[in-house]
Amino acid sequence: MTTKTYWKGLPQLKNDPKFVKNADKEFVDLGVQEDAGHSRRDFLKMMGFSVAAASLAACEAPIRKAIPYVSKPLDADPGIPNYYASTYINGGDYCSIVVKVRDGRPIKIDGNSLSKVTMGGTSAQVEASVLSLYDNFRLRGPRVGEKLSDWETIDKEILTKLNEIAAKGGQIRIVSNTILSPSTKAAIEKFKSKYPTTKVVQYDPISYYGITKANQESLGAAIIPSYDFSKAKVIVSVGADFLGTWLSPIEFTKQFAVNREITAEKKEMSRLYAFESNLSLTGANADYRTAIKPSQEGLVVAQLYKLISGSGSTGIDGIKYLEKAAAELKANAGKALVVSGSNDKNVQVVVNAINNLLGSYGTTINTSSPVNFRQGNDEEMTAFVAEATSGKVDGVIFFNCNPVYDHPQGAELGKALKGIALTVSTSTTPDETASSSGYIAADHHYLESWNDAEPKLNSFSLSQPAITPIFKTRQAQESFLVWAGEANTDYFTFVQEYWRSRFFAASGGLDFQSFWDKCLYDGVFEVTATPTSLSFNGNVDSALSAIASTYSASNSGFELVLYETCGLGTGSQANNPLLQELPDPITKATWDHYVTISLSDATELGIDNDAEGRTQLVNITANGKTITVAALVQPGQAKGTLGVALGYGRTQVGLVGKEIGANAYPLLSLGESLGYNVTSGVKIEKTETPFQIAQTQIHQTYMGRANVVQESVLADYLSNPQEWNDKAPKVTSWDKKVLPGTLSLWKGHDYKNHHWGMAVDLNTCTGCGSCVVACNVENNVALVGKQEVINRREMHWLRIDRYYSSEAEVDDFIGMEKASDNPEVVFQPMMCQHCNNAPCETVCPVAATTHSTEGLNQMTYNRCIGTRYCANNCPYKVRRFNWFKYHDNNQFLNANPAMNTDLGRMVLNPDVTVRSRGVMEKCSFCVQRIQSGKLTAKKERRTMKDGEVVTACQAACSTGAILFGDMNDPESKISKVLGIETQYKEVEIDGKKETVIDYGIDKKVTNPRAYRVLEEIGVKPNIFYLTKIRNKDKESNNA
Amino acid sequence: MKKRLSRPVTILTLALAFFFNLSLFAQEIPTDEAAIKAGEALFNGNCKSCHRVKQKLVGPALAGVEDRAPSVAWILGWVRNPAKVIASGDPYAVKIYEEYNKSQMTAFTNYTDEQILSILAYVKAEASKVDAPPPGTTTADNTGGGAGIPSGYLNAILIGLVVILVLLLIILSLIINALKKYLDQKDLTEDEKEVVHSKYTFNTIVKSSGFIFIVIFLVASITFKNVIDGLYSIGIQQNYQPKQPIAFSHKIHAGQYEIECRYCHTGALKGKQANIPSANICMNCHSQIREGTNTGTTEISKIYAAIGFDPATGSYTGKQKPIEWVRIHNLPDLAYFNHAQHNNVGGIECQTCHGPIEEMDVVKQYSLLTMGWCIDCHRKTDVNTKGNEYYDKLLELHNSKKALKVEDIGGLECAKCHY
Repeated sequence: MTTKTYWKGLPQLKNDPKFVKNADKEFVDLGVQEDAGHSRRDFLKMMGFSVAAASLAACEAPIRKAIPYVSKPLDADPGIPNYYASTYINGGDYCSIVVKVRDGRPIKIDGNSLSKVTMGGTSAQVEASVLSLYDNFRLRGPRVGEKLSDWETIDKEILTKLNEIAAKGGQIRIVSNTILSPSTKAAIEKFKSKYPTTKVVQYDPISYYGITKANQESLGAAIIPSYDFSKAKVIVSVGADFLGTWLSPIEFTKQFAVNREITAEKKEMSRLYAFESNLSLTGANADYRTAIKPSQEGLVVAQLYKLISGSGSTGIDGIKYLEKAAAELKANAGKALVVSGSNDKNVQVVVNAINNLLGSYGTTINTSSPVNFRQGNDEEMTAFVAEATSGKVDGVIFFNCNPVYDHPQGAELGKALKGIALTVSTSTTPDETASSSGYIAADHHYLESWNDAEPKLNSFSLSQPAITPIFKTRQAQESFLVWAGEANTDYFTFVQEYWRSRFFAASGGLDFQSFWDKCLYDGVFEVTATPTSLSFNGNVDSALSAIASTYSASNSGFELVLYETCGLGTGSQANNPLLQELPDPITKATWDHYVTISLSDATELGIDNDAEGRTQLVNITANGKTITVAALVQPGQAKGTLGVALGYGRTQVGLVGKEIGANAYPLLSLGESLGYNVTSGVKIEKTETPFQIAQTQIHQTYMGRANVVQESVLADYLSNPQEWNDKAPKVTSWDKKVLPGTLSLWKGHDYKNHHWGMAVDLNTCTGCGSCVVACNVENNVALVGKQEVINRREMHWLRIDRYYSSEAEVDDFIGMEKASDNPEVVFQPMMCQHCNNAPCETVCPVAATTHSTEGLNQMTYNRCIGTRYCANNCPYKVRRFNWFKYHDNNQFLNANPAMNTDLGRMVLNPDVTVRSRGVMEKCSFCVQRIQSGKLTAKKERRTMKDGEVVTACQAACSTGAILFGDMNDPESKISKVLGIETQYKEVEIDGKKETVIDYGIDKKVTNPRAYRVLEEIGVKPNIFYLTKIRNKDKESNNA
Repeated sequence: MKKRLSRPVTILTLALAFFFNLSLFAQEIPTDEAAIKAGEALFNGNCKSCHRVKQKLVGPALAGVEDRAPSVAWILGWVRNPAKVIASGDPYAVKIYEEYNKSQMTAFTNYTDEQILSILAYVKAEASKVDAPPPGTTTADNTGGGAGIPSGYLNAILIGLVVILVLLLIILSLIINALKKYLDQKDLTEDEKEVVHSKYTFNTIVKSSGFIFIVIFLVASITFKNVIDGLYSIGIQQNYQPKQPIAFSHKIHAGQYEIECRYCHTGALKGKQANIPSANICMNCHSQIREGTNTGTTEISKIYAAIGFDPATGSYTGKQKPIEWVRIHNLPDLAYFNHAQHNNVGGIECQTCHGPIEEMDVVKQYSLLTMGWCIDCHRKTDVNTKGNEYYDKLLELHNSKKALKVEDIGGLECAKCHY
């Protein structure tokens, strides 16, 4: 049993009186005023009620229409979902997906397990993108200037201008983020052949140009290779948040988890070292993490090279764990991987050199399968901005990109656009770039489009529309074909023809239709090609000397790290409330933009965060630009560094994303490649303006209870796997101390049919939050907006508790500073535990929450009268109360468009009730999915198969940390993971004693890692957690 | 010895094989019960919308088809692909084609020989049955009905009671009169006279406290009962019978022509919604049947308008306009109901909840559709476990001599319908 101190945030660590006062309350009185005025308004309300009651009794129910198809498509049945394989593409971000479509409307996105790239995983951004389809900010059609137009007019005007430019030989540019689609590139080629002065400029808001450049120099090809974290036993990350945002996080999370599972047979796991400034998701999951300053980043890599190669003079001493990491990397050559998030070419050359020494090329790094996620070229983009500002460009088409917002020179570009004869944007929304362009040839949303993608060399996937276009938009590729004067402008046939000529010819065999249908059904298609491996041939010395001149071991000023968050990413989905309300995995902040600062720096500056997220605004100056954001004290932040997220501060955005934070892109350093670290000239200045950040971190805290998180160190665990069982908390019976489960007031239940249960592996949970978004979408969970989150009324059924822990004693301020210096992090997904002896059920006066014969704790909304006794009696604090009517209520129009606008409502899951004001709600174990799985089995007259019912959170979890299933089925995966042994009991049947299988609530769980949260209170949850194991050495545990 | 024995065996085998082959070639129509049953199911599900055994409908009556058609093999080919047979110039096929206004039968490509033969078996068996008198004629003289006291007796008893009561009243008033006369003959004081001849005027009665109490009590209780009844009936739409945009008659389609419900309501076995049929299903028959029994062409032309069909040219114009039916059965959003669970898994007839739909010209809501109504059925209904492996374990663990009710397997739990 773990004895460490766990804390959710600094107020808890320092026992802030404000925190202590509210810690034991389910419903905290924060002095929220809800118009206390009586008199006239109340009188009117009463009168209104009586009039309404009278008329309700008098009038007939409204006439409801049922409108069937005129001609029903063969495979579309109302009420039965259809699933279509497709592809999520957002800039260079890629995910192969399966779209669930109900009655013609996409309502949920799941991962496509057939894809070899994303392997069935999804991320919060992918899960949330289904709501972006129903974004009210989307354009209803093409626009000329500020006015809505039609395609005929806009095409005519654009063609006239294009011809004028062509006639005088003017320059045309197509500016885009990374283009993953080969067919799109072919369509653009058609455009280019019509207008030969056209040049395509690709850039990425988060640039990886440094890596491309470094590989160009040291491997001889401007590529980004594939990484395979599943083959690595030792991983060192220097500022690369590969679990959160770096390059291909869905894929990497999936790979990383493979080596983090611990079972009875598999007793080894990989070890992750992280050296970084901000506490990132990767750092939070690292076994050893060291906080470094960005100015040291290059030197850390150089030092690592020195330690491994034994040569080189550049380096830095005194970086904790660096030597240990180097030694282990060396010992595990061929099973090691070093990655760096730096966009500095020289650093990446040295990283390549290290990986070369470790034999990573050909093992953990695959150069014959380079990825296409980031093809941006910073030099070309900078050149383009220069051309545009100097008037050398006559026409520019922005293909689904927003450089005015997300490029450091955006402001200059925005001004320059006014002087360019033809400016067209194909954006789906009138964003910053589109609204400064002359024409907007509004594109479809990706769920309405045909497309293809080549995420990695020779791996292809297809996109198909899951809904008829909602608005009068047109696919951008089709626009290119129209402007190119092509005879056939239908992009669907274009993609098909492209695939026919490129792939079908080579694959042979089947007829094209079968080939196409198969690819469309699978969503993915692979081409086998002979591997062409590249070998390292870089100039390490010159890279090292460049590092020596640009980096410094002791920089005294503040340094700034600009990063992407898991939720908002580059800011392209800033108008998506699902992502705005998703608590950041680390800071647990919602709806807000902030600068993360270490505790000692904050104390020095006089910045104070209280238990309710109250803080001050600060001015941050870097590269001559100043932004004002709130300050957030972040444990684990390297001293002297500031972390500011990109993706906030959108100005041309819908109601949801308006006025949140400041745009940090202008702070980026320009250079050969964009710099996300600013190491000199950074100033921070505290203002006296108070600000409150909506943080969820200390909401729903368990008071002095010990047994919530369990963790161990691999060596300790292996030497005594039964540790937990030995030290489990005991309760006192009349004669001796016994395990809490053995005493009970209750009779228990008999689950004759199914016994649904869940296992959550704390070892593989990375805390990314995609399950939270998936749960929101699946279960129509209301979004409440910033003020209501501050009021502790967020509605998320599933939350991820993030706990910090540290060995340091916290007696005084110095101790606290030490504890928050570099804490260890545990993520614990927490939802209704479906207790077998549920405390909520016994206190409900109207039996609105009851127990099912399958182990579910059921919540019946229509029966609930809102006493909130259940929430007060819930030890896990997972029940959520509807303080407001969140649907059809203009107060929540901005925060919750999915329930307040006609367009948004299309995303709601028709199988789940939209709850009303005054009722309680909570995780239902996705009962609608259970019921539908059972029905399928019954219809087919068979028993259920394991894996037939998958909860939304489980489906969204890339690492498989969440596992749901029938614990009565000895063959189910959950029974095997938990090591459930069938138990028997004696019963009397017709006077004879017989031994039968015991289907009671007490399952014999033999997995030594399995435990139940707050086991000592004896509520016997149906959710088991598997102890977190850190791959640390024994002695360092005590260090 | 061995050889000698084997020879007859071989011969026998050959003979048997020949026999079976022969029977296969001849494709005899089976006569066993199982085949007829299977045929009946197939016929009702697929053929009945156009064919009857003894009556001409969209297509010919099928009785005697096996003798009429050139051969059984011909029928097999025809059912699977009529277009091919017609195209081949087969004289009989062309004859039928011409006879039925060049309307072609739907092809049932996936049917096996066995299946088609079983349909023929059913048709043959059905054709050989002597027409039974329509139900009801034999029991025509049995007036009144139902269990318990026949309504005739009840009326007689009531009338008898009323007569007795009236007689009682007359007798009582006669007695009063007689008593008054007797008292008048005696010497009475003024006071006593007033009592005997007290004046019950209208005013004295109305103003009496007893009368006021009774009136107030009656008015209050009637009002109270109406209010309570009214409150309980909020949201209940039993017998709701709205006017539909097309006067479609289930009595004709489901009653007279006995078209299987699920021929049109395709979703009932599959999922949540039974589906209001789309217009293209109507067109399966109404591309040919262009005049209705009740309304002539007025209502059918509305289908044509919806799907964009030009009856004059028999072609589709492409102009479509969906039909806006009025929803009759409205469950509240908080209740989840799935047709497949009840109709497919539970094997419950449509009429159990929807009433005698085959007798309704205009459909109305037959059942209460309240939660009490649902629960009541879940308490009383046996689970349809037969042949369903899903229920095997539950059945085995059901330690009771009583049948397994829906209630016993969690049919009353909240989250079975509310989530």
